[in-house]
Amino acid sequence: MKVLQKAAIVAAMVLGGTAASAADINVRVINLTNGIWLTPFLVVAHPDGSSLFTVGQPASASLQAMAEGGDISGLVADLTTLGATIAENPAGGLLAPAMSANVDINTDGTSNVLLSAVAMLLPTNDGFVGLNAITIPTDPGTYVFNVPAYDAGTEANDELLTGGGMPGVPGIPADPGGLTGTGGTGAAAADANPNVHIHRNVLGDTDPTGGISDLDSTVHRWLNPVLRVVVTVQ
Amino acid sequence: MIFANGRIVRLLAALLGSMLLYACDSNNPTTTPPPPPPPPPPPAMASYDVTVSNLTNAQPLSPMAVIGHQSSYSVFAVGSPASQGLEELAEGGDNSTLLTDADADAAVIVTGTGAAPIAPAGGETVTIDLLDSERAGMYISVTTMLVNTNDAFTGVNSAAVEAMAVGDVLTFDTVAYDAGTEADTEMAIHIPGPAGGGEGFNANRDDEADRVSMHSGVVSQDDGLASSALTEQHRFDNPVGRVRIERTL
Repeated sequence: MKVLQKAAIVAAMVLGGTAASAADINVRVINLTNGIWLTPFLVVAHPDGSSLFTVGQPASASLQAMAEGGDISGLVADLTTLGATIAENPAGGLLAPAMSANVDINTDGTSNVLLSAVAMLLPTNDGFVGLNAITIPTDPGTYVFNVPAYDAGTEANDELLTGGGMPGVPGIPADPGGLTGTGGTGAAAADANPNVHIHRNVLGDTDPTGGISDLDSTVHRWLNPVLRVVVTVQ
Repeated sequence: MIFANGRIVRLLAALLGSMLLYACDSNNPTTTPPPPPPPPPPPAMASYDVTVSNLTNAQPLSPMAVIGHQSSYSVFAVGSPASQGLEELAEGGDNSTLLTDADADAAVIVTGTGAAPIAPAGGETVTIDLLDSERAGMYISVTTMLVNTNDAFTGVNSAAVEAMAVGDVLTFDTVAYDAGTEADTEMAIHIPGPAGGGEGFNANRDDEADRVSMHSGVVSQDDGLASSALTEQHRFDNPVGRVRIERTL
């Protein structure tokens, strides 16, 4: 009898050890900017050793598609093959300035111990936010992460609202806020740093019908952080 | 028993060489030398790998200065004037005076220098070694210039490392500071980096505010500062660098 009890305790400890990599969490994303909209989010728990991007390294084709056009389908496909726990589009569309959205993530029965959340900044050429592969906390509590704006390094920041959102196509795909101008001549050539890096911010100008940029320097600039992610461990 | 077996003795002689010969000499008790003292154990060492990564678009970082120190040393303080060494680093990317002065400071344990500038997307690791007994109360500070500016620098100010075990890692996203020792003209003659190719440190130049503050960023010619040597590519937002400290020994 005593031996059986001991065996049961050992089994419970082993099971507990396995379950330690499981988590039932809520992830809230908060747009901290004044004039930037965020495309439908990808919130994902994924295995140790994996990441959606690395600062200082070239963007993957799937990350490029997200950063240039808000298309997360490539990343979803990549992560599905890793057995990731995926939550798409918690805001049910664009996340407006100062707004937030949240989603529950349950990693029970998986080895998904890292958390990432990415979305494109609009209106930019290839700016994005990224909570990048943080270790999911296991102790119950509330954890706050401030996230900067990154530049995918894949597209010239011409700041022209041409509708270009496909990978490799220049231009900004959309302006949800409706405050951009027209007639810009192009604010920038290709990035000096073609790898993922901290975004140097948009330039903009104050000429709504000309100048170098279609963006408004008094509306569309930001300072980091641009996103806050609040992780609540139940 | 060993000496009773000549074969074993020969085997041992082949294996142990001079050690066994010495044992044979000891057969004569009148010439026995005292046993050699055991070599002193090597002092326990500690080692840290300090890595700086450049997160910017077009701001190379000057060779980093790494300083391991006690709490009474401070490489800079927001609101206080920059030291001569920090001014020379922040204006010209030259860390030599900062490190020479640190080496002469009783509160400094160890220093290290980067070998070369760190390009955007690049990184470099400097290893500092010290006695394990020197770790008590130790901090690590790291500074490096954003070279396409007048006097911007970034780094880590007094990271406490005493509690780090071997294998532990501390990572910091670092912000841009303004040394406050030079007006932010952005003119080519005052920008030592490739965007200007100008002069770095000059003691005769104004000490502007003469206190360290957070940097407000660069304006650039593309944003209306006609006399600026910088383009919109040289603008930056925080964080500009990442510092990773790993205790390896």
